[in-house]
Amino acid sequence: MIKIKNLHATIDGKEILKGLNLEVKAGEVHAIMGPNGAGKSTLASVLAGREEYEVTEGTVEFDGKNLLELDTEDRAREGLFLAFQYPIEIPGVSNVNFLRTALNEIREYKGEEQISAKDFMALVREKSALVELDAKLASRAVNEGFSGGEKKRNEIFQMAMLEPKLAILDETDSGLDIDALRIVAKGVNTLKSSENATIVITHYQRLLDYIIPDFVHVLYDGKIVKTGTKDLALELEERGYDWIKAEVEAK
Amino acid sequence: MNEILQENKLTAFINNLSPTSLNFSNELLQSATISLLTNDFPTTRKEAWKYTRVGRIAAIKAAPKSAISSSPTPFTIDSNALTFVFENGEFIPSLSSAIIPKGISIKSLSFCDAEELSQIGKLAKVDGEIFTAMNVAYANDGLFIKIADHIILEQSIQITHILRGKNNVSNFRNYIHAGKFSKAHIIQGYFSQNATHCFSNVVTEIVTGENAFLTIDKIQYEEMGNFHVATEEVQQDKNSTFTINTLTLDGTLVRNNLTIGVTGVNCTTNLNGVYLLKENQHVDNHTIVDHCAPNCESHELYKGVIDDSATAVFNGKVFVRKDSQKINAFQSNANVLLSDSATMNSKPELEIYADDVKCSHGSTTGQLDDEAIFYLRARGISEKSARHLMVSAFIGDVLGKIENEKVLEFTHSILKDRFGWEF
Repeated sequence: MIKIKNLHATIDGKEILKGLNLEVKAGEVHAIMGPNGAGKSTLASVLAGREEYEVTEGTVEFDGKNLLELDTEDRAREGLFLAFQYPIEIPGVSNVNFLRTALNEIREYKGEEQISAKDFMALVREKSALVELDAKLASRAVNEGFSGGEKKRNEIFQMAMLEPKLAILDETDSGLDIDALRIVAKGVNTLKSSENATIVITHYQRLLDYIIPDFVHVLYDGKIVKTGTKDLALELEERGYDWIKAEVEAK
Repeated sequence: MNEILQENKLTAFINNLSPTSLNFSNELLQSATISLLTNDFPTTRKEAWKYTRVGRIAAIKAAPKSAISSSPTPFTIDSNALTFVFENGEFIPSLSSAIIPKGISIKSLSFCDAEELSQIGKLAKVDGEIFTAMNVAYANDGLFIKIADHIILEQSIQITHILRGKNNVSNFRNYIHAGKFSKAHIIQGYFSQNATHCFSNVVTEIVTGENAFLTIDKIQYEEMGNFHVATEEVQQDKNSTFTINTLTLDGTLVRNNLTIGVTGVNCTTNLNGVYLLKENQHVDNHTIVDHCAPNCESHELYKGVIDDSATAVFNGKVFVRKDSQKINAFQSNANVLLSDSATMNSKPELEIYADDVKCSHGSTTGQLDDEAIFYLRARGISEKSARHLMVSAFIGDVLGKIENEKVLEFTHSILKDRFGWEF
């Protein structure tokens, strides 16, 4: 699905990613954990195509294509989805209106027909129910006046609508209470298939009780320094990150 | 005594115009003539014209009045409306509605009697106002509308003015009187077809009688290369509701002077404006809401989207006179600049002489939110569509104030044709 090799990225001349390697295959769930400032969100931003970040070295192959050569919208059209850590409010632009535009532009890119208004509304009903998002919220302006939990559920709702090949959840658990967390996780788990993959970026092990990862990676100082199973997440929860730091520095 | 100036740009300009053949009162004609002979085109040293240069209007060598083509206009906003078509300021009966419903009197000024014509010039003063003075002394024609008391007009009234040809100057004059307890909707459409270096100088006087409910939608869509100055003088009697939506969608230079005198108590005034500019267009909206009576409210919302090297001006004044207590007056102007060379000059002003009022005004000018555009792109929407969505969201609330479906439909069709914006 995605092969990241020796990825280096800078912002304002400061190097954040320092040779990151990661391969995710279809059907897999990968968790990326790490202390603050390790480069977790930078990785998400670089993959989504934020222009403030400059890739100075390395390659990213997404479904056989050179991801780094694609514009942000084309990455999305190829099936990459980023659930934002801080979903922004866009007053005046309705959720459904923008999703219909998005869905149709993705379809056009793939040479498919536009979705009919009827099918679209049916899809909205089905997918908003999945994340228990009130249909009224779905038709309101994007994230405007939404609570923290509603914003995150809206991200997963959009993901459900767009059916990406690879979803990157950037700290989707931050600021969520246990109910919202459960709903978000349920959405992600329902959407999981042997055809798609998920990268869960998180600070806490909590979310991984609900979304069970196949692999857990520790990102530290711009590199993946340790990879394990979900037990690694539990160990991190218990022991913190200092022992990882010590291990890395000892090398 | 006023000093008669020597030959200046204004006298040179009016020398090419034909004096009006309308039977205005001698007094009005005389004041207009004096105003023209003692003034010149305003320069940017004059506060009200600080950001708007009229040199290109002054430079027009007006062509002699020629026969009008009378050919049908391609612009119809509401095909069911009572429609009155004018070309270069002249009335075209063959394109206009012949059957007028009972209770209203609509005719071109050229068909008005002295009594009706005596209404002209009561609100729009000529003194020091050269465009209004020129509009009197060189008036071509215009529409006289009088809606009798208690008449609720189901049909809209549509005034269509079209510019054609080169160097044509149209001094177009309208009078609208909405009687007591009447209700009406009027569309004013200003268009052009194969026109260049033409100038529309429009003056409209509007009286909204007691308890009357009057809505005007004004669409300005003259091609680039043409100039437009519009002056509206409105008087609101007690308990009346007056709404004007001004949509400026094209034209090299457009200036709107909208003055609303709220002279009666318990009035509601709504003034909304949208101006969408590109290339090197210039659009200037000067508005005045003058609260002369207590217990009234006014709502003003003007929004602009300015692209390329276009420039726009907004100057909105709200006066609350002494003893005009319990006034709620709200004014807002917001602008989005789509290019680095686009310019906006915004000046909201409040002058309050009463002490028990609630007034607010605000002005913002900014760019589209880059974060929002990134968010939309990250969902697979092209940058172009993302910008359209954002622009549409920005002007959506003003367009939402337009209640007439036909006007809204027509506006959307222009947004698509001229700007490629599909909402």
